This record gives sequence, C-alpha cells and structure tokens, in this order.
Amino acid sequence: MLDLTPKTVTERGALRVNPCKTCQPVGALYAALGVHKCMPHSHGSQGCVSYHRTFLTRHFKEPAIAASSSFTEGASVFGGGPNLRTAVKNIFDIYNPDIIAVHTTCLSETIGDDLNSYILEMSLPDDKTVVHSNTPSYVGSHITGYANMLSGFIRYLADAHAAGNGKTAVFPGFVNPGDIREIKRMLELLGLSFIVFPDQSGVMDAPMTNTYQMYPEGGTTIDEIRALGGCARVLSLGRFSCEAPADALEKKCGVPYVSLPLPIGVAATDEFVMAAAGPDGSVPGELDDERGRLLDLMLDANPYFYNKTLAVFGDPDTVLGLTAFTLELGMKPKYVITGTPGDAFVRQARAVLDRFGIVDAKVKAAADLFELHQWIKNEPVDLLLGTSYGKQIAKAEDIPMVRAGFPVLDRYGHSYMPIVGYQGAMRLAELVANALMDRQDRDCADEDMDVVM
Amino acid sequence: MYARILEERKNSIRYAEKNSAPIHCEAASISGAVSQRACVYCGARVVLNPITDAFHIVHGPIGCASYTWDIRGSLSSGPELYRNSFSTDLQEKDVVFGGVRKLEAAIDEVMRTYAPRLIFVYATCIVGVIGDDVEAVCREAERKYGARVIAVKAPGFSGNKSTGYRMACDALMRLLPPRDDHIRKNGVNILGDYNLAGETWIIKTYMREIGVPVISTFTGDASYERLLAAPSAGLNVVQCAGSMLYLAQRMEQEFGIPWVKASFFGIEDTSTAIRQVADLIGSEETRRKARVFTERESERAARLTAPYHSRLRGKKAAIFVGGGFKAISLVRQFREMGMETVMVGTQTGKADEYEVLENLVSPDTVILDDANPSELEKFLREKGADILVGGVKERPLAYKLGIAFCDHNHERKHALAGYVGVENFTREVNLSINSPVWRYARG
Repeated sequence: MLDLTPKTVTERGALRVNPCKTCQPVGALYAALGVHKCMPHSHGSQGCVSYHRTFLTRHFKEPAIAASSSFTEGASVFGGGPNLRTAVKNIFDIYNPDIIAVHTTCLSETIGDDLNSYILEMSLPDDKTVVHSNTPSYVGSHITGYANMLSGFIRYLADAHAAGNGKTAVFPGFVNPGDIREIKRMLELLGLSFIVFPDQSGVMDAPMTNTYQMYPEGGTTIDEIRALGGCARVLSLGRFSCEAPADALEKKCGVPYVSLPLPIGVAATDEFVMAAAGPDGSVPGELDDERGRLLDLMLDANPYFYNKTLAVFGDPDTVLGLTAFTLELGMKPKYVITGTPGDAFVRQARAVLDRFGIVDAKVKAAADLFELHQWIKNEPVDLLLGTSYGKQIAKAEDIPMVRAGFPVLDRYGHSYMPIVGYQGAMRLAELVANALMDRQDRDCADEDMDVVM
Repeated sequence: MYARILEERKNSIRYAEKNSAPIHCEAASISGAVSQRACVYCGARVVLNPITDAFHIVHGPIGCASYTWDIRGSLSSGPELYRNSFSTDLQEKDVVFGGVRKLEAAIDEVMRTYAPRLIFVYATCIVGVIGDDVEAVCREAERKYGARVIAVKAPGFSGNKSTGYRMACDALMRLLPPRDDHIRKNGVNILGDYNLAGETWIIKTYMREIGVPVISTFTGDASYERLLAAPSAGLNVVQCAGSMLYLAQRMEQEFGIPWVKASFFGIEDTSTAIRQVADLIGSEETRRKARVFTERESERAARLTAPYHSRLRGKKAAIFVGGGFKAISLVRQFREMGMETVMVGTQTGKADEYEVLENLVSPDTVILDDANPSELEKFLREKGADILVGGVKERPLAYKLGIAFCDHNHERKHALAGYVGVENFTREVNLSINSPVWRYARG
C-alpha cells in the first residue's frame, strides 16, 4: 500500500512524509496524567486536546482526560487570558481536581500568551494549584513536551526548603504504565525508599471496576512532588525525556541527579540497578536470579538472533534502549532513527553501536518513516522494531515486525507489559524471537519444517 | 462521585419533551470543558481526506499532520496516496520568519517527484497568525505547474468542526468545473459518505440494483477525475447531512442539482432512502425495481437479524455520536431491534435535528449536546444503559462503567450502512452486550 514510496532517495528540505514523532502538547498531557488528581489542560484550540485524548486512548485503550481553553477568533487576536481564567474556574467547579497542569500549544505560543502572569494573577481556591509549561508544537517533539511539563511541575512545586527525606527520586522516562510498575517493583526489591515522578501506573492502566473514576488511584501526589526538593538524589531514566527535569530540580533544590539510559536490556538494567543500589548497596538475590534467567533465555535462543539485521524507530530513549538490547542479543541494527530532532541522539546511538563494533548502521534524528522505507527498499532488513506506524512498511516489504514504544495503536495488552528491567528484556527477547521464528516457519520448505527449534 | 453539572450546561441537557423549544446547541464549548469535540481543521480534514489520489499537505507544526495520518478507515478501490502523511512540519525559525518559503518548497518537492494533479493545502492554527498567505502560494503553484492546488483555510480556532466541514465544501466547489447548461443530467452523486469499511460501495451497489448510475462520491473512494464529473448528476443524495448539506446547497445554487437527505442506517431508513432516490430521479421501472429490491432486502435483513433479537429485546441503548442525522437513524434502528434509547446526544447536532429526536424518543429519554465524560457517565448510570454507541473517546469510558460499546465512528471495522450494515450492527451490539467477560465483571 505504500507503493508511492520511490526507491531513489531524493533530497527533501521542506516536506515531512510519514512522521516518526508528534507535537509537544501530547507529551505534556501524558506527563500530567502521571500526577494524582490532576486535570491536564491544553491552552489552545479545541481540536488539539481532542486529538491528544484520542491519540492516548488509542495507545492505552483507556480514557484520557484533559480540558481545553477552546480558543476562538477573539482569543487568538486579543490573547487567551480570559479563556484560561474561565477554564480554570470551570474545571475546579465541574471536575474538582487538586491541580490543573496547563500546557501551551503552537497557537498560544505564537500569539505570545504569558502563562506565568496569567496564573500569578488568578485567585484560586485555597487548596488548589495551577502549574504550567511552555510546549510550542514547532519545537522538538512529544518527548520534549513530556520533559517540559515535568520541569513545569518542578518549577512550581518542588520545595527547595523541604526537609531532607533521604529518598531516591526516580523519573521513569516516557514509558508505559507496565514499565513503571516494573521499575517500582525493582526499587522495592532493592529496599529503597523512593518517589517515582511521574507515575502513570494506576491511571492509564486503571482496573475495570464498573465505575468511572475521573481521577484513578494512581499518580504522583502533589505532596510527593513538593518533597522531591528534599530527596537525596534523582535517578533520571532516559536522557531525552527526563534529564531536563532532573536538571531543573538540581538547579532549584540542589538535589543531585544521575542521568541514565532507559533500563532496556542487560547493560542498561545493570546500570540502573547498580546506580539504585548505590556504592555499598547490595543487589537482592531475586534480581540476580532474574538477570540469570534473562541470560539463559538469550543463550538458548541465540542462534535465531545472531546477525539478524533490523531497523529500530520511535522515540529517542526507547530507540537507544532497543538498539542496545538487540545488539546484546547478537542482532545487527542497520537503521536507527527517531523523529525527534537533535544531534545528541546520533552521538548516543553511535556510541551504543560502537560498543559492538557496528560502524555501517544508518543513524538519523529528525528522520521520518518515508525515508526509512526508502532505505529498506534499497537494502532490506530481517526485522522492524518500533511503533505501529511501521506496519505499513512491514506489509509493503514483507518484513516481520515487533511493536514497542509509542504509539502502539493496533495491538492490545502492550501498555500493561514492561520492556524495562530484566523481566521486560525477557519479554522483548521472546517477542523478537517469536517474530523471527514464525517467519522462518512460514517461509521454510515443508521438508525443513521442524517441531523442535 | 458525580461531578456537578454547571449552570451554563443545563440548557444543553434535558429529558425529552415533545413539541418544546429546542435544546441549546450549535454553540461554542465553554472553556475548561472536557469536550468530546474537535476543531475546524479536523472537520475539513475528515471531509477531504478520503479523496484517494490527492496530496493532502498540512501546513503547520507536525501535530495536526500526525494525528490525522491514516486514521479514518476510508477505503480506496485504487490509489492509496491519501493514506500517507505530508506536512511542512514548521519549526521555530519558520514561525519567526514565516512559513511561505517552506510551503513553496514542499509543493515543489511533491511536484518534482510525483507531479500530482490535485493538492490540498491545509492552513492550521498558526498559519494565519504568522501571516502566511497560503492562497497566494497555491495560486502561484497552480500557475507554475498547471495542477490544482487548493488552499483549505482551517485554523482550529475559527469555529468548530462544522465550520471545517464548510471550509472543505468550499474547497470542493473550487475544484469543480464551472456550470455548463449543455451537460446532460443523469444519475446521482452520493454526498457525505466516506467509505468507512466500504460503505460507499454498498450504497453504490444499491443504486446499481435499481438502475441509477452513480456519477461521483463525496468523498468516499473519490478521485480527482470522478469528482470533476459531479455537475452532470441529476440528484445529490446526502448521507451525512452535518458535513455535506452545505455542499448540496451550494451545488444546487451553482449547478441546479436538487438534493435529498438520505440515511442508510437501519432497515427502515435504508429502504426509505432507496425509494426516495427512485421517486426523485427514476422512471416507473426504477421505482418498481426499488420497491422489489427494498422489500426483498428488508425481509432478508429482518430474517438474518431475527435470531439476535431475543437476546437484545428490552435492552437499553445510549447514543453519543457526531451529528444529529445519524443519531435519529440509530434511535430508529434500535427500535427495530426491540431496544429502547434512553440517552441520545451529539457533538455538533443542529436544532432541527434535536427537535426530531425529542419527538422520536420516549419522554424520559435524556438528550444532551456536546457532553463531557462526567455527564455521559451520570446519565449512562442513571438510565441504566446496556450499551453505548459512540466513537473512540467513549469506548473506554463505557467499558470502565461495565457497559457494552459499539463504535459508529472512525474505528468501525465492519460496514454499518445498508442492509448488510444492519446485520453487522446487530451482530456487534449482540457481541458486546453478551460478551462472556460481563459474567465476571458485574458483581
């Protein structure tokens, strides 16, 4: 169906075709959903929030709430201040959240709405809070918006004078609720006292209970965000999605941070575990066993991974993690792309590939899936690993595909299941092995069909 | 916990009253509402996107392009071009210095590689604010390349989704050739069907059965060439009135083509629609064929769906869809299935449609316009609905409440129009209401 994609790659300076990113506000919205009793609010036209809610619902198969300033012609000429004031009043009146997290849009940024002063000038009910972040859609991507919203919460709420609580704060990156559950499980095994911020588990994977809770049980509480200022340290997972907020917290409250990659695969999970355990911390046997079982699986299935080529695409932190893990499996990433702009991605991906002596992979930031498809048409790969938008390439070129990252719009269950940690790596290894082996079974001659593999 | 209902919203929600003043509708949503509504761009895009061989270039930052990439389920019998996403992906420097150059370059890149005959350029929220003259760029590109390059002015803030429908219809009018009084009029255009799950094809089949040629389809499975022939039709059959009644009216003014509203949802409405078309445009033979065909198919559909009715009779339905015309059909369709509608609402229904609805449903049915999730929740529970019919944002809400769900929007996977649609709809409603999961979910 992508028969319009020509094999010959021509220079494109202006036209984006089949993007591998979306805009900041949806990332900001997802970040805000990780705060307990928070109403995300989009300061812009009504369509933005409708699209974002739909997009998140399609990925998580969950309700995703957010309100909108519902800009009109008037607001776009005279400014959206009155809309925001009315909105904030209405939201507290109707939906009664504890906090409203406002993010801007391309429209409100372009007309120059000053959210700082709008919010300062508001009179709010005593126990209610409004925070904001600037998330212009024409800068970065949804990952940038995610980071910006987290920084917004920190700027408004993290308390520089909070009493030291000795806790470890963990910023888990732009990941699924299932990943956050896994990270928390590991932190508990490590015996840490911690605050995870944000925490979409229990919100975007809330159980079916015959009731609709606009604000489900999960989410980092406002008090916990305030207490971030009193934490002993921050582990920020995912340089693109969480380093900036960790930096904001350090600047405001002096809490030091360690910036780590997302714990996807063996080495990155080791790094996370070691960092979490600290210099004299010991690693519990249970995590050691999980690691051992992962290695066992990797060895067992090793022949099916070995030298298989693949394309990895999606969000920068996720792609770096998936690239590292597939290298650990013995595979050869051939194309590594993200739609999010920034040279740092290319440098970090190169560093990951260098560790395994891969020098001929194509790595690109601010790339799109049209270009990836063209590369694949010229030199195919054995596997696609990324978001649902790869399925069109997978079908056009008849390549097996494993879905991971954001968004996954065409499968169920993915948001409950981790890809982080040793357990997540086992799941990924199984998904990848199954995809490759199903393909082998499908394509082999009858006489080569083997029950034992 | 039910959130309170704001004073301002009280006129938009009520229990049905026959022959009363219409409900408050067709107004802007209040700021701060968790509305289920979309924007002008969304309206324009959904109407034009199914044109299969057009380049749809979204001029703006990436979001508007990425959220509308291949999500509609509009099928094509030929080109798949429209299923790709094209945009100018405006960056900060474009916002500062203007995006005109980038748009020109993007059109050049498209022309260089593909030389298409038709491009739509959608102007999103910030394009007007930064002062890009998209019309001028499109005019210049038409001159330079001899192709049609049509600007669709769709900044999200300039109204609601219905405004976007109008913008799209205006763009379509600019596409059509000028009036030609020598043209021989014959056959129909189908307006306001987007070929979700192949529904335009079903309607076309019915027209063929009664011997009425279909000239053009707006815009399900449409192509540039076929659209150009539209002025030669003798009748416009308008399926989704919300999006395309305006186009029908403009085509009536411009080309003198009369129009008729026709819903192909439910046995009764489908049969009425087919017979109306035959009455308005056909010969005695066409009318006879329509009579025979609708009787045969109605009987067949009723026979095929009858086995489900015992499992559905007495169940309570709730409806929350985009437009009022569809809502009316759905109320009738549930009635055919022995089900009562206890709540019905729309995102952008019109006053006259709400009037029909109020007179159609039973007196204590809840009617609501532009509802938010809390309101939907409150009335779904209060009325004890067994199933909600809606779109993507309503699905998880229904499931969380332990209520069955059927998508009557972009995510429908089976055709819901025509007689076959009645079968599919009945099957889907049954499948969801009688899923074994409910045995474990309802305490």
